[in-house]
Amino acid sequence: MSIILSAWTVVVFVMFIGITIWAWSGKNKKNFEDAAQIPFDDDDEIAKDSEELNNG
Amino acid sequence: MTDSNTYNYKVVRQFAIMTIVWGVVGMAVGVFIAAQLAWPALNFDLPWLSFGRLRPLHTNAVIFAFGGSALFATSYYVVQRTCHARLCSDKLAAFTFWGWQTVIVSAAITLPLGITSSKEYAELEWPIDILIAVVWVSYAWVFFGTILKRKIKHIYVANWFYGSFIITVAVLHIVNSMALPVSLTKSYSAYAGVQDAMIQWWYGHNAVGFFLTAGFLGMMYYFVPKQANRPVYSYRLSIIHFWALVFTYIWAGPHHLHYTALPDWAQSLGMTMSIVLLAPSWGGMINGMMTLSGAWHKLRSDPILRIMIVSLSFYGMSTFEGPMMAIKTVNALSHYTDWTIGHVHSGALGWVALISLGCLYYMIPRLYGREIYSVKLIEVHFWVSTIGIVLYIASMWVSGIMQGLMWRAANDDGTLTYSFVETVQAMHPFYIIRFLGGAMFLLGTLVMVYNIWKTIAGSKPVIAPIPLPAAAH
Repeated sequence: MSIILSAWTVVVFVMFIGITIWAWSGKNKKNFEDAAQIPFDDDDEIAKDSEELNNG
Repeated sequence: MTDSNTYNYKVVRQFAIMTIVWGVVGMAVGVFIAAQLAWPALNFDLPWLSFGRLRPLHTNAVIFAFGGSALFATSYYVVQRTCHARLCSDKLAAFTFWGWQTVIVSAAITLPLGITSSKEYAELEWPIDILIAVVWVSYAWVFFGTILKRKIKHIYVANWFYGSFIITVAVLHIVNSMALPVSLTKSYSAYAGVQDAMIQWWYGHNAVGFFLTAGFLGMMYYFVPKQANRPVYSYRLSIIHFWALVFTYIWAGPHHLHYTALPDWAQSLGMTMSIVLLAPSWGGMINGMMTLSGAWHKLRSDPILRIMIVSLSFYGMSTFEGPMMAIKTVNALSHYTDWTIGHVHSGALGWVALISLGCLYYMIPRLYGREIYSVKLIEVHFWVSTIGIVLYIASMWVSGIMQGLMWRAANDDGTLTYSFVETVQAMHPFYIIRFLGGAMFLLGTLVMVYNIWKTIAGSKPVIAPIPLPAAAH
């Protein structure tokens, strides 16, 4: 049991190193820049005339 | 317009309003018990008004009722908005709202009656615990079901933080609440001795790490960029931030059990991982703050953005203070003193409450189709509350460090210099300052209540359309 737990700690650590390399690899740069724009993809300005929206 | 091409704003509105209601209730109870510490006669010799019963009422109300409702409201808003999808089930979402309110009301009845499992931040007895578990699994179903039907390929980072918060809290709550009921209102923990203590603080610290941190970082990653109108400083850093935080937090619990029966190696491990936590905490804080890089002037004109950025400053302060207090030699001075209470409130008022209130100022105009009634009053709220926080934490630093030093002071012959009651007497002025600080924070929140009331009174709820697929990438 303790061997498994120790091994798991190492696995998680190696995974973290892997994630870091993946996040900073050049080929993903564009994807992440696009992802950062997701909150701006929809129009959620404060509705000036909410009644119109309700009747729409 | 049919339901299927609009967002479910109803449940978001319900949780947003209850966030404010429970915030005022929880903070008011906090101010009252702060007054009891300064003027003990305020318990009126009534058992259900005694500090020991009202203190868990305060913590449950502010963490789970106020903070919990804020998390439900913002997570339902953000997951829909960043997935371009309506919540996967309106009925189940409504169940999470009514179920969560039932939990809160049950807590407000049972805790003053003295019905408690006596586990800190997990005081509620087993029938309520079961309801919490059912509501929480439903929450996970609604949240992840919505992620599954998303129209945007990438799952935005805020949803990762909300998702980890939902999963982890389910695991923590179910494991820590395991108990043997002996009656409807009494149960005994399934664990015994030091194992019980360790499971309790594995729960307790990860309630801080996931309930009070990861979920609110989800807010940061959506609402700070939106309010600043610029994308997050570094999306890559947000990925590292996420994984570093979730891998590290889970280990930090033993720092609550320094110098106890917990084995030394576990204490040292908890201390070490608590210090490591400084890195992801500050990485995240810097990522949020640097989102304003090149647009710092907005802090002058936009009080909502200022509330958010100041909340991140308090997050940075308390996540520096926390690792420092987790060092065993520092903890030997700080533990069981008011310093801990000051630390918690720098995180709870400064970070958790301010970021939540900032997000409400952002969301409410969009949920009700009205501009905020008065920007001036947001300014007033910000200053009154911020000064209140500073008074609170500064008084607790002085009081706590003095308390710790008085406890350990010894005469040449080895006897203690001060009796316990002398330390209590020395803390009295600081208890009054703390009461004033808490009252100011509550006053700021009441200014917000008025502002929000004037904003939404007579408004018609907004029905927001989901953008057409062509608009997505």
